[in-house]
Amino acid sequence: MQKEIIIAGFGGQGVLFGGQVLTFAAMDAGKEVTWIPSYGPEMRGGTANCTIVIADDEIGSPLVKNPPLAIALNLPSFDKYEDELQTGGTLVVNKSMVDRGPKRSDIKVIFVPCNEIAEEIGDRKLLNMVAIGALLSVLPELTLKDVETALEAHMPERHKNLLPKNIEALKRGYEAAKVQ
Amino acid sequence: MVPTPNNLVYERPEGFTDAPTHYCPGCTHGIAHRLVAEVLEEMGVLDKTIGVAPVGCAVFAYNYFDTDFVEAPHGRAPAMATGIKRVLPDRVVFTYQGDGDLASIGMGEIVHAAARGENITVIFINNANFGMTGGQMAPTTLPGMKTTSSPNGRDVETQGYPIRTSELLATLDGAGYVVRRSLHDPKNIRMAKKAIRLAFETQVRGLGFSMVELLSTCPTNWNLTPVESLKFVGDKMAAYFPLGDYKISSGVAQIKV
Amino acid sequence: MTRELWEGNQAIAEAAVRAGLEAYFGYPITPQTEILEYLSRRMPELGRAFVQAESELGAINMVYGAACAGVRVMSTSSSPGVSLMMEGISYIAGTEIPMVLVNVMRGGPGLGNIAPSQGDYNQAVHGGGHGDYPRIVLAPASVQEAVDLTMLSFDLAEKYRMVTMIIADGCIGQMMEPIQFPEMKPVVRKDWDWATNGKMGKRERRLLTSIYLDPYEEEKTNLRLLERWKQIQANEVRYKEYFMEDAEYVVIGFGTAGRVSLSAVRAARQEGIKVGLLRPVTVSPFPSGAIEDLAKRVSGMLVVEMNSGQMLEDVRLAVKGRVPVEFYGRMGGVVPFPDEVLGEIHRMASGKITADINPRDAWYERMVAMK
Repeated sequence: MQKEIIIAGFGGQGVLFGGQVLTFAAMDAGKEVTWIPSYGPEMRGGTANCTIVIADDEIGSPLVKNPPLAIALNLPSFDKYEDELQTGGTLVVNKSMVDRGPKRSDIKVIFVPCNEIAEEIGDRKLLNMVAIGALLSVLPELTLKDVETALEAHMPERHKNLLPKNIEALKRGYEAAKVQ
Repeated sequence: MVPTPNNLVYERPEGFTDAPTHYCPGCTHGIAHRLVAEVLEEMGVLDKTIGVAPVGCAVFAYNYFDTDFVEAPHGRAPAMATGIKRVLPDRVVFTYQGDGDLASIGMGEIVHAAARGENITVIFINNANFGMTGGQMAPTTLPGMKTTSSPNGRDVETQGYPIRTSELLATLDGAGYVVRRSLHDPKNIRMAKKAIRLAFETQVRGLGFSMVELLSTCPTNWNLTPVESLKFVGDKMAAYFPLGDYKISSGVAQIKV
Repeated sequence: MTRELWEGNQAIAEAAVRAGLEAYFGYPITPQTEILEYLSRRMPELGRAFVQAESELGAINMVYGAACAGVRVMSTSSSPGVSLMMEGISYIAGTEIPMVLVNVMRGGPGLGNIAPSQGDYNQAVHGGGHGDYPRIVLAPASVQEAVDLTMLSFDLAEKYRMVTMIIADGCIGQMMEPIQFPEMKPVVRKDWDWATNGKMGKRERRLLTSIYLDPYEEEKTNLRLLERWKQIQANEVRYKEYFMEDAEYVVIGFGTAGRVSLSAVRAARQEGIKVGLLRPVTVSPFPSGAIEDLAKRVSGMLVVEMNSGQMLEDVRLAVKGRVPVEFYGRMGGVVPFPDEVLGEIHRMASGKITADINPRDAWYERMVAMK
């Protein structure tokens, strides 16, 4: 088994941390995993992305050209990764930040209003967790429980009070995607 | 006459090895070396001293001192001394550098060592030229002074002005003791020795960066006799590079030797 | 042992601490600055020396000083910074004292960019500083390997009194992977018979220098370095092989290019192509013997690098013209994707390769045609 995931969005949308949560979950589930960010000037507010590879065996390339799975948290990321996704792949799109439907019919696109759901929960910053939850609906290698456990285990102590809301965000995203 | 304790007036300091120096006749490097060796001996720190030799005429300084020594790349002695002192803070670490080494290629290293307040001692020989390579213009070459790379005399319009290094380093808060002395006559040599002692005392007390700039002769490259050279230092060099104390921190001011 | 998720740069820093690093001197430069940042906190916490130097020149000469004092010392930088350090590296090599330097390579030449690259292979392995000196160069392909090789580098540097470099790239430095750390080793000040740490009433004075004014003495030193190098070549070659049992073709790549090639080799295997991968872990000493042996039993080799074919020349020397050697490289900070390497494997396995063409020239023609 090997799955590659790209998460992309604006700096500040929690792209890198969202990817790390998945990475921790994969590690704790006993899998091989890599997480690699785009690094450099874009960390100062431009677009950001990270690539996560989850596998049973030693991982070769940590970068992937045509991923089977991606999350696009904004329109530029939607434009880019809709083009690059593998045929048959799934793209989770933050509906709150895009104003168009899909162009390709050979991929599955799941629209989730991440910003709105996060605001309903009471913290805008949780939009990344909503998207991660949605992705889990098409990533059988990791369960919601795996990610919850990982969050609990690796969240810095000072942020532990935010744990319940993070878990709620994951679940709401998962449910929103499941019905599509 | 066989030397006995009764008639002995001058002997090789314990801080020296038996090696004869390679310096030119009339050069004051030998005096500077001797003053450092005497001070280290008097302070009883020869055993825990590590010297850092430069690239320049004093490149072989490591042959003459009976202490551990390392040999730095050109200009980098203060960085090497930093590396040694940071891992062996209880040792005495000094660099011995000329003006090409310290004030030209090594200006970055010396400024930052002083700014960091490294507890090292720097003996800085200013003889207004690059001696080892045959008397080229140095950052300390006086305006109008002829060298092999300023054959018509240093033209400040195109070749800039001399750098007064002590004054420059004295502006840094990390510097504890920065003074300029001269080796052109016995009185000044005695004052130089006292300054070298204070510089090492500054180090062993952990009071920060210490440097003694010594105005020195270079008869060979200046094309002067040794006596004329000493006069040149006293008259011309000391006029451009005034002797004096440029930085004595309050802590250093309290040192009684 | 539990697995922990670590970024490559920070993992290298912690591994050095666990190896008994007593002093670190560095200067900020992307993509390795996390090493400096991590150690700026970690070293003082342990009462060990840390200095952010005024430049890479300052840093490498502080390393030089601390190495003379006989302690475990390291600096880290990235390509342009390592170029600046080359003076000091040559002096340290000439003085025959141990030191560890990590180069997290980025795209060049010049200021270049901050993307992953392997463009400094020749600088690390063959060139760099002035004069004749061998050096040990290790090339990790994962965060775990970066940790293991960092630990190893200090032992090798001390054992052979030799400059030991780790060449990683921005990919290894910035990537996070699960790793297992070795136990913390205590700081041990060994009583080296060469260290200039003060006579302390116990011995005669010592001198550490790279000066040998008499050419015959310098040549003796050159020979002494080579003698140690022979031992290193005999004892310290390390490489990893994948799918090699029945391989008819072999891909050779180090570091990130090696692990990207692993993905391509796996894909080719799924298609039934009998191809294996050899990934040098030590690029200096180079696994020439293993490659020479392979040349006797495979039909072709493909060298993959993130440069214009620098290790390629070492492979060709080892192969001695026995089999065709092909080359695929991306430069300037471009990381190849596995499908590019797979395409090259297809070309190699289709049998249209020959030992008569310079592989770099052929690759260049293909690159130009592609653009």
